[in-house]
Amino acid sequence: MRESYLPQEETRDLQSRIYWLFGLIILALFGLLLRAWYLQGVNGKFYLELSENNRVRVVETPPPRGLIYDRNGALLVNNVPSFTLYVVLGDMPDPASVLPRLADLVGMTPEEMTRRLTFKKEDPFFPIKVKDDLTMREVALIEGHGLDLPGVKIEAEFKRNAIHGILAAHLLGYVGEITQAQLESGTYQNIRRGGIIGQYGIEQTFDSIIRGTPGQKRIEVDALGHEIRVLEVNEPQRGDDVYLSLDLNLQKVAEEALGNQSGAIVAMDPKNGEVLAMVSHPAFNPNLLSQGASSHAWEALLKDEGRPLTNRVIQGQYPPGSTFKIVLGAALLETKEATPASRVECRGFLPFGNRNFKDWKRGGHGSVDLHRALVESCDVYFYEMGNRLGIDTISKYSHLFGLGQQTGIELASEKGGLIPSTEWKRQARKEPWYPGETLSVSIGQGYVTVTPLQQTMMINVVANQGVLHPPQLLKKIRDQETGSIQEIPASEGKHIPVSPETFRVIQNALAGVVSDPHGTATGSKSQLVSMGGKTGTAQVIGLKGGVHGKLPDKFNDHAWFVAFAPVESPKIGVTVLVENGGHGGSAAAPLAKKVIEAYLGVAPSLEPEPMTVKSPAPPPPIAVRSEG
Amino acid sequence: MIDRRSIAGYDWLLFVVVILILGMGVLSIYSVTAASQARTPLYVKQIYWIILGWIVFLLMAWIDYHEIARFAYPIYALTLVLLVLVLVMGRSAQGAQRWLSLGFMNVQPSELAKISLLLVSAKYFSDYFPKKGLNLRQLLMPGGLVLLPMLLILKQPDLGTALAISSVFFSMVLVIGLRSKFLIYSSLLSLMMFPFLWQFFWSHLKDYQRERLRTFIDPTNDPTGTGYHIIQSKIAVGSGGLFGKGLFGGTQSQLKFLPESHTDFIFSVFSEEWGFVGILILFLLFFFLVLWGIEIAYKAKDVLGSLLAVGVIGLISFYFLVNVGMTLGVMPVVGVPLPLMSYGGTSMVTTMGLLGLLFNVKLRRFMLFY
Repeated sequence: MRESYLPQEETRDLQSRIYWLFGLIILALFGLLLRAWYLQGVNGKFYLELSENNRVRVVETPPPRGLIYDRNGALLVNNVPSFTLYVVLGDMPDPASVLPRLADLVGMTPEEMTRRLTFKKEDPFFPIKVKDDLTMREVALIEGHGLDLPGVKIEAEFKRNAIHGILAAHLLGYVGEITQAQLESGTYQNIRRGGIIGQYGIEQTFDSIIRGTPGQKRIEVDALGHEIRVLEVNEPQRGDDVYLSLDLNLQKVAEEALGNQSGAIVAMDPKNGEVLAMVSHPAFNPNLLSQGASSHAWEALLKDEGRPLTNRVIQGQYPPGSTFKIVLGAALLETKEATPASRVECRGFLPFGNRNFKDWKRGGHGSVDLHRALVESCDVYFYEMGNRLGIDTISKYSHLFGLGQQTGIELASEKGGLIPSTEWKRQARKEPWYPGETLSVSIGQGYVTVTPLQQTMMINVVANQGVLHPPQLLKKIRDQETGSIQEIPASEGKHIPVSPETFRVIQNALAGVVSDPHGTATGSKSQLVSMGGKTGTAQVIGLKGGVHGKLPDKFNDHAWFVAFAPVESPKIGVTVLVENGGHGGSAAAPLAKKVIEAYLGVAPSLEPEPMTVKSPAPPPPIAVRSEG
Repeated sequence: MIDRRSIAGYDWLLFVVVILILGMGVLSIYSVTAASQARTPLYVKQIYWIILGWIVFLLMAWIDYHEIARFAYPIYALTLVLLVLVLVMGRSAQGAQRWLSLGFMNVQPSELAKISLLLVSAKYFSDYFPKKGLNLRQLLMPGGLVLLPMLLILKQPDLGTALAISSVFFSMVLVIGLRSKFLIYSSLLSLMMFPFLWQFFWSHLKDYQRERLRTFIDPTNDPTGTGYHIIQSKIAVGSGGLFGKGLFGGTQSQLKFLPESHTDFIFSVFSEEWGFVGILILFLLFFFLVLWGIEIAYKAKDVLGSLLAVGVIGLISFYFLVNVGMTLGVMPVVGVPLPLMSYGGTSMVTTMGLLGLLFNVKLRRFMLFY
């Protein structure tokens, strides 16, 4: 043992300062206690909120979109449940081994799979959509391998489904994820990244009505973002249903009539501007696009020379050909440049300047008045009369009839067409207008271009004796919450300054086009309905652009037919355009006849009494064809 | 050999206090690790460590502290050797070399350094006891004794342990006292030297340590990196409010927003689940522990015993205050455990050993012959 004896004073010396140490520690403890009180007592609520923000995530549940019906309540577009495959990379410890196996299960190549996943990377716990619309077999396979496939999720979702597929694809349109540009544009309120909106057609135009309100799910997550449990669910609200002016049966007939040909068919009610049918071929399958087509499929669609993504009804701009003579005829009578009795001698050509303007009929039509000129589509008559009118008068009346300007239809990217004038030529081409150019315009060639929808406006004005109704697509909206139906009022008709007498003469002549044995569409004379119309054959050669690429019959003329029926009290105006179809009388007029007969309930059958009985449904066209 | 009266006094109360603090630790570890699938849950392991801790406690209480102090210098020398060895051939973990493999087990010489510095300082000051307070010359020798292992530990680097060792030394110096003249001069001098010392200190820190100090000053500077610990800990403590969220109710810790929740940040877990009331009770228990230690130091038989007790109180208080300060966001994150509560065998065994030494001093205060 050590012997150092320690006197009591020494420890006493320490004792006084031991309290210093004690005091210091107490002071520090007290300071920390104050700090704890500051955090818990004073700011407790604030930190509680922070901890709630930490653990609670608000997840949006997409709303089912409203349904789309035709005018009679036939369902056109609905939502069907589908299974979607998601991958959460943050939950996948070993993507290199899991992903190839997953790809194998759903029939993708590993490369395709990785390409999908490398595209969004910001948040590793953001579920990335890998495949839509899994088959039940794929669902079963993946669920069966559940434990071997961490980070793989299958979600039951709704996908947009156009019941008739390709039918009226351009009108109905498709939906898709909101794009970056759309997000930044500010036009879309209350929608987040990844949200689904209408991207084309009706889906796009009436998106705000159809889209609905997203629901919210408050979930508890851990620090890694894993969902622990659901705290609160706010169900999404389905969007409102819309009823279109479209007539499904008529649309089917029109689609069938056009068949595989490129072109467009529009049918409208001239009394109120309602669009009854709208066909544009070639078309796309909206279901493929709504469900997120691969970039591959997109590229194919964009590169397709048939331009299936173009809605020819509102975006195709074609020379109107002889259908334009309707406008000239009306202008002639209104300006008193000619009376119905005024005659022109047609010898098959008209010498003008230093060239001869040819008529389509070699020998000429002889001495023709306006009626015969329209019925037989005499070119020389309109060369002569067009020259008398002058380009600016032609231009003025064209605009009155709805040509060369947007119709205002509720679809995006409508084209305006072009009606030339001296003013236009001076501004656009920096050249004066040459009188010879008026002659080309007089038969619907040269600079003049129109869309099929504008053509329908024109024929509607004729059918309606001078009242023009802008096109209308929507008939009613059914409010999802209250179930109440809101009828959309008919568009306001606009009277154009053309006398009824003029229209009587024109209507008569157009009826003659079909009914007169010399008429250009006499082959399409209906035994059942009285109809009036005008053929048009628009030359493709010499057109700028050459948009029809390498189609074998690319130099063939476009065939037009504009028609209305019944002549006595018109209920329908129809435009048919068949690209490269040849003569309007043979290629387009028969299609218009089919549509008109179908609409007026006199489908080509053995029905002996036309016009009085409305058959409930037209016979299935496919069955007819298979029998024939 | 052991005086019965000491047990008969209110010492049993002290055991209750220690067991209560240990229990709070186990409960908090249980709360945050209950969901884990480990074969031996961490709270069970902690109970094993507590049992081992009590054995060490008894050992350290049993052997007369004079007997232990006799080996102060050899133990000190051994510590230095091990500290050098650990730098040369130590096992590194998380960028720091702290462990020495002995083949059958890994030891952390810096833990031994705490005990040996406590012993050697108490031994030195009691052998050369300056009656009227220390002057500079008298401080040089013990200062050197402390500085040497401190620098070696800083080199590992282990800032927490290095500072802990200095806390032993400073609490002894505080109790022995400095000569007033020396006190004035030395404060002036250190004020003048401070920029240079700081420069030296700063340049010897590792990048992550500097980062920790920076984020301590402004945690929002780096909210996902080093600042994350402080921010999440403050949220955990603050959201506990007055009465806490209850056992398993702490979302910050249960959902793992709080990192290292069962080790360095066990106090945040405890505060989130038991609130200000819980903190108050824990502080009260700790206050009793300190009071008990202070009384032992005060009534110790001799200077050696008194200084040993002072060192133990200084060391344990340092850990407690720095850890709690860190979780409350008033001290930088230096990574020191909360004594008796944080999960971990090393800390548990060392702390229980220190308490054993304290009890040792108490037991021997009525001894006349030794």
